[in-house]
Amino acid sequence: MITWPNFVSQCFNGLALGALLALISSGLTIIYGTLGVLNLAHGAMFMLGGYAGYVAFEATGSFAIAVAAGSLFLAVVGVLMERVVIRYFYSRPHEDQILVTFGIGICLVELVRLAFGSLSKTVPPPSWAAGISSLGFMFYPTYRLVVVGIIAVALLGLFLVLYRTRLGLIVRAGIEDSAMVDALGIDVDRVFMIVFGIGAMAAGFAGIVNAPVVSLTPDMGDAILVQTFVVVVIGGVGSFTGAILGGLISGEILSLTSMVDPSYSGVMLFAVMTLVLMLRPQGLLGTRGRT
Amino acid sequence: MTGRRLIGRRPLLVEGLTALGLVAAPFVLPPLGFAPDTVNQAVVWGLFGIGFDLLFGYTGLLSFGQSAFYGTGGFVAAYLLTKAIVSSVILGLVIGMIAAAATGYLVGLIALRRTGIYFAMITVAIAETFFFLENSPLSAWTGGENGIPGVPAPSFDLFGLHYRVGTGWSMYGFLAICYFIGIVVALRIVRSPVGAILRAIRENPSRAAAVGHSVHGYKLTAFIIAAAYAGLAGGLLGVLQAFMPPEAFTFDTSGQLVMQTVIGGSGTLFGPLFGALVWLSLRDFLQAALNLGAAWKLALGLIFVLLVCFLRRGLIGAVHDAVGLFAGRWQTGTPETASVPTPAPTSPMATVGPSRRPDETPFSGPVIEARGITKSFGGLVANRDINFSVNQGELRGVIGPNGAGKSTFFKMLTCELPPTSGHIIFHGRDITGMDITGVCHLGLTKSYQINQLFNRLTVGENVVIAALAERRGRFSLDFLRRIERVPGLATQVESTLSLVGLAARRDVPVAELAYGEKRRLEIGLALASSPSLLLLDEPLAGMSPRERAETVSLLKNIRRGRTLVVVDHDMDAIFELAERITVLHEGAVLAEGTPAEIQRNSLVQEAYLGGVAA
Repeated sequence: MITWPNFVSQCFNGLALGALLALISSGLTIIYGTLGVLNLAHGAMFMLGGYAGYVAFEATGSFAIAVAAGSLFLAVVGVLMERVVIRYFYSRPHEDQILVTFGIGICLVELVRLAFGSLSKTVPPPSWAAGISSLGFMFYPTYRLVVVGIIAVALLGLFLVLYRTRLGLIVRAGIEDSAMVDALGIDVDRVFMIVFGIGAMAAGFAGIVNAPVVSLTPDMGDAILVQTFVVVVIGGVGSFTGAILGGLISGEILSLTSMVDPSYSGVMLFAVMTLVLMLRPQGLLGTRGRT
Repeated sequence: MTGRRLIGRRPLLVEGLTALGLVAAPFVLPPLGFAPDTVNQAVVWGLFGIGFDLLFGYTGLLSFGQSAFYGTGGFVAAYLLTKAIVSSVILGLVIGMIAAAATGYLVGLIALRRTGIYFAMITVAIAETFFFLENSPLSAWTGGENGIPGVPAPSFDLFGLHYRVGTGWSMYGFLAICYFIGIVVALRIVRSPVGAILRAIRENPSRAAAVGHSVHGYKLTAFIIAAAYAGLAGGLLGVLQAFMPPEAFTFDTSGQLVMQTVIGGSGTLFGPLFGALVWLSLRDFLQAALNLGAAWKLALGLIFVLLVCFLRRGLIGAVHDAVGLFAGRWQTGTPETASVPTPAPTSPMATVGPSRRPDETPFSGPVIEARGITKSFGGLVANRDINFSVNQGELRGVIGPNGAGKSTFFKMLTCELPPTSGHIIFHGRDITGMDITGVCHLGLTKSYQINQLFNRLTVGENVVIAALAERRGRFSLDFLRRIERVPGLATQVESTLSLVGLAARRDVPVAELAYGEKRRLEIGLALASSPSLLLLDEPLAGMSPRERAETVSLLKNIRRGRTLVVVDHDMDAIFELAERITVLHEGAVLAEGTPAEIQRNSLVQEAYLGGVAA
């Protein structure tokens, strides 16, 4: 039964999910754009962020600390992964990069399964954001509204880093032509490491912020990874704004379709991706010629 | 490389060994601790993987969506058989396979719109969609989360005897026959012209298109073949387990296939089977013997990552290298390339089929003509209103300072780049807007400034790829024909190789060639498609004096019966070779005339010397 409040509340759900997808996808797309590596472990990093936050929350009881610890932990994981494995793959074919990140993703998932078991874990929302709020015409879970706010701030932060700092300038130049940036005498190696860390951190941050809305399982990253791919294909690979636009569109598609029939939401998302590929193969905000 | 030549000499050796191995397995494997059910599962994975290996190992397309076709074939077959719509199990399996192939065609049309990482991402998304579809909207047919139970085993009536396939080794017999047929067909494909072109696409898709092959068509073909194999394997999974599980459609299934193929060795056809045996036996071993429980997958994940890092060619590749190291490096190993005196191409009689299309009535006008072509990139005008025409049999030189727009001009002549305005006429026909593959079939080809070769193939195979396009057209589905049976191919390859002086280097992988040899092969690739007009983009770039002299004499040789346009910075060579020279400067034609006229031309002197001399 579709009612007006139901519709509005689904739009909000779509916004929350879309914001989440936008943040995870921008991490994926920044890494790909700068390093040229498609990180198939990105879904696992999202999952790992949730678990890291869970551990920190169990230890301290503070949600804020959980968010900080979860994101920082993932930044460290990202940097380690880049230093130990990924950097040896820059000169190898895309296929090898995909294979190795896919394998690392599986290792991360299985490590978490080993440590925490397959049963789901939960993180409660912070006390000040528990319960529901009145929006005047409807009631809505407070924390979901907070999620949208938190992620908007995180995206703004990422935007400022990318468009207002020296590092961001280098990253954006690297997306255009990383060989040229290297030739200009900039230490691309260090930039790559930082970018991988930031990308991983974005996924981890999303993982912990999203934790109170869902329950944590080791496999939770798979579904998110697939949706992230669709977001990036719709928005355009390597485009930060494309990731945000694609994320919001995808979130609304998933939410509004599930209002009618949940079993079709994934199919509808794919249908829209196909449409984009037919009409604009490079994605909505992607540039032609990049593959 | 040894392996491939071995296959060439004894064509049925691999088939025979496969049959032997499959027959021996029930006697050899049980003492090693393999249960029949494990072996049967591995055979199904192995068959599934043959198609995937053709797609990934041979064509270079990494798909994470093979579960879509595995599930489609499996569920179509299981549905038909359990509802008794089809009574013959074999027929059910075949229909399932066809359904999977048809699905592969539709999915391929979408997924192959992009390459590289896009392709990988799209296949992931598509496979996930199939899982959604199976799970809910189609659950009335597929049983949703319950799958389809009660898939019957095949039975045969042979000479009045009724035989019903049971479980265990009885089932193995049936699966092994299916696998054997699958391998025989795959070997035919690999040894056919299509197989050679698939490898060329893996190595260098844009050059494969430039020598005249429909890259998209062949990629789609490989995708459909892979889907058909997946569909058959999916059907067999249902038959093996007497139950069609919905897990066949999950991302995990696609992922496991990829991992098993890489563990076993991609590009070997047998890699997936070995990978599956390793995977399944390690799973049993780690779970049962070492009591690792859920950690088995972590162990396999780590093994996989290590293999990708250090042994990308998998177990079969490692064994192959080890055998090569011990058994016969000295047999095939030629001394290092630099020390081999390459015979200069002196055989003047060796000509590649005098230029193409002799049937066409001799055309009196210019071979190629550019009418007022302009190319601008945004505000930058790279070429401005160029008029250019070359007559039959002429050797035209094109020179100009760096940044004069020579490369852009060349790209427009071969239709790599469409001009912003103006027309290109080839043999009286307007070819503006055609693609590079089509132009190649009209008889217009180019050799590249930077070598565009098929690096992991041998010199001979490289030339074969180029010659095949001329023999077979841009797209042909002769994937069961042996490549040796392509009429006229052998002589064309021979004459091209001797013309460019590489006949002795036929079986050497391109990666082991000296630079000068690579440059000559680059020209050879263009020559092998018997062009009537050959464009050479800086054929002398980066050569040592000796290599340069050899190549100049090669150019003198190949110009017989052909029309050539040569761009180069080597003034001495151009003035020695060319009958007429066109000088480009700042994107426009500065001068045109005989070498003597150009030498005297004050505008040209000014352009090159920067005007200081004037």
